[in-house]
Amino acid sequence: MNANALISVQDVRKYYNGGKVKALDGISTDILKGEVVAIIGPSGGGKSTFLRTLNLLEEPTDGKIYFEGVDITDPKTNIDLHRRKMGMVFQHFNLFPHMTILRNMTLAPMRVLKKPREEAEATAMKLLERVGLADKAGNYPKQLSGGQQQRVAIVRALCMEPEVMLFDEPTSALDPEMVGEVLDVMKQLASEGMTMVVVTHEMGFAREVASRVLFLADGKLAEEGTPEAIFNNPQSPRLQDFLSKVL
Amino acid sequence: MENYTLWKSLLSSGTDIGFFKEFYVYFYQAFIENDRWLQYLQGVGTTLITTAFALILGVVLGVIVASIRTAHDQQRTGHRNIVLGFFNAICKVYVTVIRGTPMMVQMLIMCYVIFSSSRNFTMVGALTLGINSGAYVAEIIRGGLMNLDAGQSEAGRSLGLGYIDTMAYIVIPQAFKAILPALGNEFIVLLKDTSLIAMIGGKELLHAAQNIYGRTYEFMFPLVGIACMYLVLVMIFSWLQGKLERRLRQSER
Repeated sequence: MNANALISVQDVRKYYNGGKVKALDGISTDILKGEVVAIIGPSGGGKSTFLRTLNLLEEPTDGKIYFEGVDITDPKTNIDLHRRKMGMVFQHFNLFPHMTILRNMTLAPMRVLKKPREEAEATAMKLLERVGLADKAGNYPKQLSGGQQQRVAIVRALCMEPEVMLFDEPTSALDPEMVGEVLDVMKQLASEGMTMVVVTHEMGFAREVASRVLFLADGKLAEEGTPEAIFNNPQSPRLQDFLSKVL
Repeated sequence: MENYTLWKSLLSSGTDIGFFKEFYVYFYQAFIENDRWLQYLQGVGTTLITTAFALILGVVLGVIVASIRTAHDQQRTGHRNIVLGFFNAICKVYVTVIRGTPMMVQMLIMCYVIFSSSRNFTMVGALTLGINSGAYVAEIIRGGLMNLDAGQSEAGRSLGLGYIDTMAYIVIPQAFKAILPALGNEFIVLLKDTSLIAMIGGKELLHAAQNIYGRTYEFMFPLVGIACMYLVLVMIFSWLQGKLERRLRQSER
């Protein structure tokens, strides 16, 4: 285990139906501070399951996950204390439809970090301005386009000042013309040094922004390396086959 | 009044006095003679109070049972709580027994077995209705909580909100909107089921009608009369419910 690892994953397994389905079949890796890790691979290969185990939305059947040196898979760990430092962005945005954009963003800082309303709103407005949506603060999520909703979802997570951001196929549910605006926000975030783990089908993004690429297939970490190594010089036949289909 | 006495004696001697006069006689007899309308009015009052009491009891029981059942089912593996498991088992038995036996039988058991010494039949009836309704309300609420997109509570939890905060701020407000039609339906059923109390001697609307046709031996007007009263009550309530639903939906546009 690397002492500098922000998240350390050790031999994580996730079985369904008593071991008949192996969604994750022994994955180990360290995610360092400031890294942008892209996770690619065929559907059903375990990418999303892996990402969701990192903040324990999915509980691993076996194996250990350390976040900032704390074993979060230990049932005695209060996971809420650690989740607040791990921002998560979902494929389907998952904004709260009964709250305004501003309320979506201030709820957790006010309830969890006990920030006063003015402070939470000021932070939220600053972040909304950054993604060009300050004028939408009083609107409800349904009044926004998909791309706008996803940008809000990203800054909602940022309101908690997380140590790491987890992205679960953030552009897969978007119309093609809206993918760019979301990727731009993510690129900006990466350039500011945010630690990011991104499950994505956007190979261009992975190649351009990621510092490391993980290729997951059949629940195993089949190959990993720099974007150049993965895309220009793939070793395993599984990865070669996958890349020939998506590139 | 004089018309009534005259026409009534003609009617009872077998004379054909025409449809309208006959209608008048029966109507007068069922609702106005001896201030009988007061009995219906009291009946409506009792019905409404009983419904309100049973509804409150039903919702309180339903919320408690649904909370226990949902919290139990949503525990993390390895975090099983024994106390919660015990209460969950009790709740399961409660829901199974109440939903698995006829309301009428429950009513009679409550009246003649459990509260056999009580003379307050209306109260016993209201209690039975409330306990019965609680089981159905619990399942409605549980369904609403379970049916909400899992992504909503995942989003809440991933922001660091605890289980209770996630339920209170994210899941319950949305689930409430979703279950309102089913809850309204349950309320309507409850309002009509108060008539069952009459079978154990509770003094609600049906009891008033029984009392009156027991004296006049004329069934149609009292029974159709209270049927109309139930109908009007239900229609008023449906209208109010529709208003509430429209209002709640507005906040999302």
